[in-house]
Amino acid sequence: MANQKTVWTKKDLLGLEYLSREEIELILYTAGSFKEVTTRQIKKVPALRGKTVVNLFYEPSTRTRMSFELAAKRLSADVINMAVEASSVRKGETLIDTGRNIEALKIDIIVMRHDCSGAPNILARHVGSSVVNAGDGWHEHPTQALLDIFTLKEKLGRIEGLKVSIIGDIAHSRVARSNIWGLTKLGASVTVCAPEMLIPEGIAEMGVRATSNLDEALAGADAINVLRMQFERDSAVAFPSKLEYFKQYGITAERLKQCKKDIIVMHPGPINRGIEMSSEVADGPNSVILEQVTNGIAVRMAALYLVAHAKAPRAAGPRKEGAA
Amino acid sequence: MRYLIKGGRVIDPANSVDEVRDVLIADGKIAAVSQNIAEKAEQTIDASGMIVAPGFIDMHVHLREPGREDKETVRSGTRAAVHGGFTAVACMPNTEPAIDSPGRVRELREIAGRDSSCAVHIVAAITEGRAGKKLADLAALKEAGAVAVSDDGSSVEDAGLMRSALEACKKHGLLLIDHCEDRALSGKGVMNKGFISTKMGLRGIARESEYSIVERDIRLAAACGAAIHIAHVSCKESVGIIRAARRSGARVTAETAPHYLALTEACCESYDTNTKMNPPLRGADDVRALKEGLADGTIDAIATDHAPHTDSEKDVEFDLAPFGVIGLETALPVSAMELVETKVLTWSQLIARLSQNPAKILGVPGGSLAAGARADIVIIDPAKKYVYARDSVESKSKNSPFIGWELQGRVMSVLVAGKPVVTGARVAEE
Repeated sequence: MANQKTVWTKKDLLGLEYLSREEIELILYTAGSFKEVTTRQIKKVPALRGKTVVNLFYEPSTRTRMSFELAAKRLSADVINMAVEASSVRKGETLIDTGRNIEALKIDIIVMRHDCSGAPNILARHVGSSVVNAGDGWHEHPTQALLDIFTLKEKLGRIEGLKVSIIGDIAHSRVARSNIWGLTKLGASVTVCAPEMLIPEGIAEMGVRATSNLDEALAGADAINVLRMQFERDSAVAFPSKLEYFKQYGITAERLKQCKKDIIVMHPGPINRGIEMSSEVADGPNSVILEQVTNGIAVRMAALYLVAHAKAPRAAGPRKEGAA
Repeated sequence: MRYLIKGGRVIDPANSVDEVRDVLIADGKIAAVSQNIAEKAEQTIDASGMIVAPGFIDMHVHLREPGREDKETVRSGTRAAVHGGFTAVACMPNTEPAIDSPGRVRELREIAGRDSSCAVHIVAAITEGRAGKKLADLAALKEAGAVAVSDDGSSVEDAGLMRSALEACKKHGLLLIDHCEDRALSGKGVMNKGFISTKMGLRGIARESEYSIVERDIRLAAACGAAIHIAHVSCKESVGIIRAARRSGARVTAETAPHYLALTEACCESYDTNTKMNPPLRGADDVRALKEGLADGTIDAIATDHAPHTDSEKDVEFDLAPFGVIGLETALPVSAMELVETKVLTWSQLIARLSQNPAKILGVPGGSLAAGARADIVIIDPAKKYVYARDSVESKSKNSPFIGWELQGRVMSVLVAGKPVVTGARVAEE
């Protein structure tokens, strides 16, 4: 439980692997108070007024970008979207040069999505601006896992002792990795389920049980998080067809019958109806998918707020001689 | 000019010497190595408290000239070499253009003759353009002065071609230095495949990629009676395969690099691209196996695989950075810290793996302080501690995982052919 003494000290939010249990709870707690804001008539607080946030997205994403943009605007921050195709990054500008240019514009927070794992970690070392990871390669998507966990906590009252199964292309999923870190740190028991080829080497060392059998993963689960089957990435190689995947791993009303009656069904979106889950399940009573989206705003408001007000002296980033 | 190196602990494993002696140098050669030499010399070097050893020989460096003089040149690379205590290096042919013809060997020899601070032995390519399709003219390469051949940076994937290469090497008296990698297994990997690569979300290089080719090529060499030298051994399976082959009498030698002894894949966690090299850093078990291999002689030599890259090339996303780190200037302290301090090797054994053994494997002079030998000498202060700072790096490139580390064991003086090139741990200006 985050106590009064927990103080946010990190300049950046790069991943849940790097956070303590208390820090994760602090974000969730902060998100709880921001959620209230999103239910008001005037959905704005001045917490980040005068601060500037840039969305630096090297990978296409409408939804995550929009979610971050709304979160920043509800905190009264100024937001700029950097459309990578249109900018000089395509002319061969390096990641660090891009970061330095953004920093020279006196941007406070860089929300970054990139297709290379670790890109935010590298950028964060080179700029004084805060870096919030909106998804890097296969590595982490911390705010997604945080909103997943926030949603679970809201529905079930706790994370400790819950049995949660993550189903889908684990090998290539940053959502899976972040969820594994967050859930295990908060005391949940996590199972990952994927076709053999998509269970990555050494995953058990992250503190999870791994299985290729969906029934095993569903048995006794309090909640399941169903990942997108990403046919545009490498995952298609391991699986013959979309129909085949649906048959073996698709979540259907039939499958849910063998689960706990109130099992929570999550999905990071966007859903491939008829591949990861049936429409019936996506739209059914167990699904919290839309609530996840709503909670995403509050969680991202919390993330932006905390890094912007990090208490300790900022680590990393170049400092000019004689700066205060 | 005569030099007298006084009062140092002379460690010369090639001649079974390990005691305090004086060394007299005359006309660029070792004149005498004995206790309390009375003879006068123009210059005396006080080596009390120091180790006096044969200059080291690095049998695996990348000097980048011709073609990538922005990363390193023969001049800067050999300055880095002597700074690290090396009085000879063998340089790899993956330059632009590759050293795959006698003309290129001769050009490089000319550059070395003009610019080098130490001896430069040339390793030429096995195949034309290092493309792995057609054998280079190995006889002509040998005649032009190459001491060995390698496609380093790449493997010769075609087993039939590799077999022919080994036969040709045997015929023409060339050593084949083998970079063992099966590209089909290493794929687009950027670090060792395992739990760490999984949690970091990076594509992994399967271990089989290295040891399957170590096994294949040792067998091919044995089948035609050729000698083979395995470059940059990184994993325990390779050590096991080499050990077994040696026991059955195969003509195999092997090297490993200091970074494989000091670092593991866990060091990659910060996404620092100065932990990205090929073969990659592995696990604690592999470090243990490499050290055991060095102790029991399975691994004969320490070679740095000095691979300079510019800041702008390395300061990028982990996936995009080129593989490789520099190593000439840290080889001695890192090896001493990992092997001597931990009592895996004695100083004498370490020095053998840095000088005597590489000389023997390459078939070049050096690695010995016998009277009459060329006076290639390194003087080390084994107790000296210092912080390895970026601005002290002689190499043009600064891509080292050890920058900022506190190191122990410093190269204080180096003589090449009897001429001091390093004094007070600094490389002399021209």
